[in-house]
Amino acid sequence: MKLTLKIWRQANSKVKGKLFEYSISDVSPDMSFLEMMDVLNEELIQKGDDPIAFDHDCREGICGMCSMFINGQAHGPDRLVTTCQLHMRKFKDGDTITIEPFRANAFPVIKDLVVDRSSFERIQQAGGFISINTSGNTQDANSIPIEKNDADDAFDAATCIGCGACVASCKNASAMLFVSAKVSQYALLPQGKVEATNRVLNMVKQMDEEGFGNCTNTGACEVECPKGISLENIARMNREYLGASIKSK
Amino acid sequence: MISSSVSRKITMAISGLFLVIFLAQHFTINITSVFSEKTFNELSHFMGTNPLVQFVLQPILIFGVVYHFLMGFYLEIINRSSRNIKYSFYKGSSNSSWMSRNMIISGLVILSFLGLHFYDFWFPEIDYKYLKILPENPERYYEELVHKFNNPIRVVLYVISFVFLALHLLHGFDSAFQSIGVNNKYSIAIKKGTTIFSLIIPLGFVFIALFHYLNHG
Amino acid sequence: MKNLNSKVPKGPLADKWTTHKSNINLVSPANKRLIDIIVVGTGLAGASASATLAELGYNVKAFCFQDSPRRAHSIAAQGGINAAKNYQGDGDSTYRLFYDTIKGGDYRSREANVYRLAEVSSNIIDQCVAQGVPFARDYGGLLDNRSFGGVLVSRTFYAKGQTGQQLLLGAYSAMNRQIGRGKIKMYNRHEMMDIVIVDGKARGIISRNLINGNLERHSAHAIVIASGGYGNVFFLSTNAMGSNVSAGWKIHKKGAYFANPCFTQIHPTCIPVSGDHQSKLTLMSESLRNDGRIWVPKNIEDAKAIREGKLIPTEIIEKDRDYYLERRYPAFGNLVPRDVASRAAKERCDAGFGVNKTGEAVYLDFSSAIERYGKEEANVKGLDQNDSSLIKQLGQEVIKSKYGNLFQMYEKIIDQNPYETPMMIYPAVHYTMGGIWVDYNLMTSIPGCYCIGEANFSDHGANRLGASALMQGLADGYFVLPYTIGDYLSGDIRTGRISTETSEFKNAEENIKNQLEKLINNKGKNSVDYFHKKLGNVMWNKCGMSRNEKDLKEAIFEIIKLRQDFHKNINVPGTLDEFNEQLAKAMRVADFLELGELFAKDALARAESCGGHFREEFQTKEGEALRNDKSFNFVSVWEYKGKPSDANLIKERLHYEEIEVKTRSYK
Repeated sequence: MKLTLKIWRQANSKVKGKLFEYSISDVSPDMSFLEMMDVLNEELIQKGDDPIAFDHDCREGICGMCSMFINGQAHGPDRLVTTCQLHMRKFKDGDTITIEPFRANAFPVIKDLVVDRSSFERIQQAGGFISINTSGNTQDANSIPIEKNDADDAFDAATCIGCGACVASCKNASAMLFVSAKVSQYALLPQGKVEATNRVLNMVKQMDEEGFGNCTNTGACEVECPKGISLENIARMNREYLGASIKSK
Repeated sequence: MISSSVSRKITMAISGLFLVIFLAQHFTINITSVFSEKTFNELSHFMGTNPLVQFVLQPILIFGVVYHFLMGFYLEIINRSSRNIKYSFYKGSSNSSWMSRNMIISGLVILSFLGLHFYDFWFPEIDYKYLKILPENPERYYEELVHKFNNPIRVVLYVISFVFLALHLLHGFDSAFQSIGVNNKYSIAIKKGTTIFSLIIPLGFVFIALFHYLNHG
Repeated sequence: MKNLNSKVPKGPLADKWTTHKSNINLVSPANKRLIDIIVVGTGLAGASASATLAELGYNVKAFCFQDSPRRAHSIAAQGGINAAKNYQGDGDSTYRLFYDTIKGGDYRSREANVYRLAEVSSNIIDQCVAQGVPFARDYGGLLDNRSFGGVLVSRTFYAKGQTGQQLLLGAYSAMNRQIGRGKIKMYNRHEMMDIVIVDGKARGIISRNLINGNLERHSAHAIVIASGGYGNVFFLSTNAMGSNVSAGWKIHKKGAYFANPCFTQIHPTCIPVSGDHQSKLTLMSESLRNDGRIWVPKNIEDAKAIREGKLIPTEIIEKDRDYYLERRYPAFGNLVPRDVASRAAKERCDAGFGVNKTGEAVYLDFSSAIERYGKEEANVKGLDQNDSSLIKQLGQEVIKSKYGNLFQMYEKIIDQNPYETPMMIYPAVHYTMGGIWVDYNLMTSIPGCYCIGEANFSDHGANRLGASALMQGLADGYFVLPYTIGDYLSGDIRTGRISTETSEFKNAEENIKNQLEKLINNKGKNSVDYFHKKLGNVMWNKCGMSRNEKDLKEAIFEIIKLRQDFHKNINVPGTLDEFNEQLAKAMRVADFLELGELFAKDALARAESCGGHFREEFQTKEGEALRNDKSFNFVSVWEYKGKPSDANLIKERLHYEEIEVKTRSYK
């Protein structure tokens, strides 16, 4: 396959970036999208150009590091995959592909397609945990049975990989899906209920301080989420938040 | 209380739901004008003169409307400014409905419609009752209504506005339930119900406008 | 020869850890506040250690090269985590887990360490559940288990196919709590460049900020290396792209011994290579072998026809299929340990029975499991057991609930529906049992420098059993290191803050700066990946699944040549003071090029076959590994002497008090 790529280049966070055009040939349909980028980078290095910086690590769709906005969609046109799992067979010979970084004020560009998602870190630090000691002197794991449905729902919420596709896809750059997934996981488990009130208040507060937009229920996040995190989590968080606002002192 | 994004979202939903109830009530009264001039006049007279409606519900309604659109603007400004560098290629259609992405547009159309509507009915009504303090005539409402729909331009404007009202409701009504935390096994039924409502009510208003235009124009 | 002291406590095996914990020195809570610890790497071991150390009161600085601790490659572990809880009542016990681990490791691990691992394993599950890790549960609300290769009990706890992710997020959340409290200072997108040794003790590191290239000095009273394995020396592996040996290699060059570098695990169930562009391999959980049956065609003509695309696997009838694992190992069948399964696949493919275009793949078939589960479900639901399409549908639903995400992943990569046609799999480099040598306290041969998780060598011997890596990482991080480190630090309570303005720090920084400048100014003709791929080729072909003297000697020669070529012809674009992934990679590959040589040297020195290390010269008539306990019952511990070829071999003899050393048999 032969492709034309329009790729966002930006040297660092302080300068302005713009789209550059590259062409690449001999792309195999079996390549992953990032392998195609590898080939392009090899060519750039051979030519003495600066290769395109992009985040990636596990390349099996679980670490959440890769973060490209491909042809108007986070992680590209395929559903339920990250960029690293997107394969070139999803494109046609002669296609033009626009590649941009995940954009949001809360995700400033570091270089080219690499963005800084530390805002997510700070949200988690604000309350995304259960305050127990890591001493090992806890009660037996089977001492609290958890209803299978709740356990399964908590698991589904917990599968979030923190990639930020929800923010990137949302027209408002809202982080509600990410935050609600974490809030939900703990709200559904008896261990997490103890601190539920403060957790949701603190995490939402931090989310707002980071400069994410507001949720307007467009549902784009759910559709683009590589892990299929459900909007139910956002509803649950809204409920939790309402309850917590009333309860909190 | 509305300092956080989630509170704003919830209050937006509650004010929206309140407006939906008002819309249903408004429609119920208006549709009677098609069947019975008498019933319409009676109901309008009641609404126009009952102190509870006039001095309790009406201010709440006005507050609801004003809150809903002011907050709508405010959120739109925040949301737009949360991504300073825009995508050069953003394919919103692949993951969300046009309605959900353009509430501000449908909302603005409805707001301008409200301006027209207030100019047509509410201001004259206030003028009649509270400024000029003219004697109440319980029979006047139907005539006023029919009179307004003589003008084809107004009818067209009304019809267009109702189309946008439908678009606004198609996303907003269902979405309000999500905002207040309802997303469960009933959600499919809610989606269906709100969709039907969002189509029937605006179409009903269109029907009323056309009906009076065609029968009395 | 230097004397190695493994510091294994005296006394009966089962009491060693308890006695040791009661007898080691402690640091008082007031003094812990005065002590700084650096943790490099934030996978399961590093994150759990950081969190626990911070909670105990130490000041922790944690480093990871990714943009968040949550991205560490522990996250990719799918199958599960072992613990001797015996919730299933199938006869499991601490001793059995210990025994299985030693046996699975082919009697090349340190007995006392493994026993301790088995002992604390059940604590891990309690800890993680309390942290909100959503393990799979049954309808009664209790924890569910599955079974894994190489064992006869169900002791593996899991969270669908994402156990590593959930455990890491648990440890990460514990870390976040401490970051929020200010007890951990987190350095994301920072890479450790070197360790700084002052007066013979580990006292700090030089790190590099990957965003702006700044070199930074960090001092501490102890350094913990938790940087994972070095499987990427093979270029193609199931490791993450960034996984590297550099932290371990840098401390090795400064005095930490490297143990058993050649012990590499080749995982049998990976997605086969599709072409030259391949950048990494994708693993599918070994748990698939619970329900999948592995086979190749019995007739070589069928295999050929399949490779040419003239035949599809579902057309081959039952009697023309060779379920070679079931044939060779009737007792364990498809659930033999990883090394055995991998080698058997290679044996069949080398004999010409491979089934994809490259001839390097075997089938993993779920059709009988689908039928079995379908019938069970039909029975439970009172439906017609003879309706084959219904059975298939019901069976597929069961398989989907168990392995849905793996099947989806396979379909995305290969573009075939594994519910309908058998999967293709082939072994790939997955885990390195070898690593930095540590004593019972997990301290390396540099005082004050510790090594935990996959980065050390201690618990898995020559082969690791499935679902044991997560167990070891968390055991080290949550329950072992935080206590043993106190023994060393108790001597440091009066040291006070360590200055980074000393000549040791200055020299270390200067040295790194020179290395970086040399790479960037070299302006040669070949990229980093060019060299990395070449190295990977040598490693895979000559130090891979089976090894022999001739190949290994060639490998050493080729790696030395390649290393020279690298330093002469490397081309690193960009500058020092910007986000420059090529530069970071070049530093890592430079270390791989040295490690690779030691790896081959170690494989050459170990003239026996054991676990993941298979020397063609040492095998039985049936092609099984032939261990030599008389001459090789030791850990090969390498001391750095200026270059890998000069490395000095020290032997740590292995003594088994509680276990009879037997030939491993899964027949």
